[in-house]
Amino acid sequence: MRVTVRLPTHLDLYTGGERTLSLTLAPGACLRDALAGVEARHPGLRFRIVDEQGAIRRHIKIFVGNAVATGLAQPLAEGETVMVVAALSGG
Amino acid sequence: MAETVLLVGTRKGFWLLRSADRQRWRLEGPQFLGHVIYHVVLDPRDRRSLLLATSTGHLGPSVFRSQDLGGHWEEAATPPAFRREEGGRSVGHVFWLTPGHASEPAVWYAGSSPQGLFRSEDGGANWAPVAGFNDHPSRRDWCGGDQDGTPDGAKLHSILVDPRDPRHLYLSMSGGGSFESHDAGADWRPINRGVRADFFPDPYPEFGQDPHCVRLHPARPERLFQQNHCGLFRRDADGGDWQDIAPPAEADGTRLDIGFGLALHPRDPDTLWTFPMDATDVWPRVSPGGRARVLRSRDAGASWTTLGNGLPQTQAWLTVKRQALCADAETPAGVYFGTTSGEVWASADEGDSWTCIARHLPEIYAVEAAHPA
Repeated sequence: MRVTVRLPTHLDLYTGGERTLSLTLAPGACLRDALAGVEARHPGLRFRIVDEQGAIRRHIKIFVGNAVATGLAQPLAEGETVMVVAALSGG
Repeated sequence: MAETVLLVGTRKGFWLLRSADRQRWRLEGPQFLGHVIYHVVLDPRDRRSLLLATSTGHLGPSVFRSQDLGGHWEEAATPPAFRREEGGRSVGHVFWLTPGHASEPAVWYAGSSPQGLFRSEDGGANWAPVAGFNDHPSRRDWCGGDQDGTPDGAKLHSILVDPRDPRHLYLSMSGGGSFESHDAGADWRPINRGVRADFFPDPYPEFGQDPHCVRLHPARPERLFQQNHCGLFRRDADGGDWQDIAPPAEADGTRLDIGFGLALHPRDPDTLWTFPMDATDVWPRVSPGGRARVLRSRDAGASWTTLGNGLPQTQAWLTVKRQALCADAETPAGVYFGTTSGEVWASADEGDSWTCIARHLPEIYAVEAAHPA
């Protein structure tokens, strides 16, 4: 199955500016698999989104389609778009 | 005279100040613009490797390495992170970096917020938690809860390696106190006898104090100096008690013994500098009375001199954080501090006179002096 991952500018350091990734995942893949696919292409990026306890970092949201993902086990559908949104706030 | 380089970490990036004569300085940067840079340290063992502790907004912490003074950077393949466990902690930011013992040229230590200790054995490429501290049965008692930390998170800092013994380590925590290990970090014990914690019912507890910066001089490694939330202290012997070395309050009652940083002389173990800040009522943490002054002792804290020549003496409300006061290795020693208002001040005569060598930078978190190879 194919999914698209869209990344914020905050992660340009890892991707060289590539903000839309097309991934081919095994049927039945979940969000965790998509992030593993991103990590394989851009090492170090996953740890910017998910901490060492496996939790999505504070103030980062991951959308699957138009809904906020509830966890990394969330299944993905063929053609799904995953969007990582990183808040930067304050002065 | 070797080139002197100041490694300036700020809340918005990393800058270098470079000088061949310590009179004319060239500002280079920014690098990592927009990233929070907590500490940048040149490896004194090869005088070439640079380690930089950063985090970016909410993207979490990391460590970067450079072999060419920041021309190229490589991120740690395994940044400092706690062991994965149910309900486990995650590193908010890497706050402090310390090179290992001279006999262990690839070893580095890192301190984090929340308080954790990490070690790399490959020059900072891969980091592992030091289980002897992070999983110590007393760690929760020592570290306290979230409310015991500084406003932006409790810090583990002032990681010191005894030059006589690579297995003898110290660390300090805001809050929590100072601790030492004689077995390379496998076990730890508090070393706070004589250090005041006047915010507690028992002002001299076994642990729980708030050391801001602890330094060890390689020429006299059995001695420690401490700038604490509650004053200035010195410990002269292994296993000994701390002595209060605060200067007397000034005639108008102004205390000069409160601050964050503490810098030692490159050769003389009796000379040190601090940057006094206002600790009245709600702890404003700015130069007392709006007069920027540095404090120097030539006799290990028995007596102190206030130094203000060249520093602004009216309406100067400077804050200097704990990694932002340092000395270089030249003769006479240069002394430097960076302010949260983005200025770097330098003295090429051991603090007798001062010049502002950079301004308009973002909030400065760290200034380290180095002499690259």
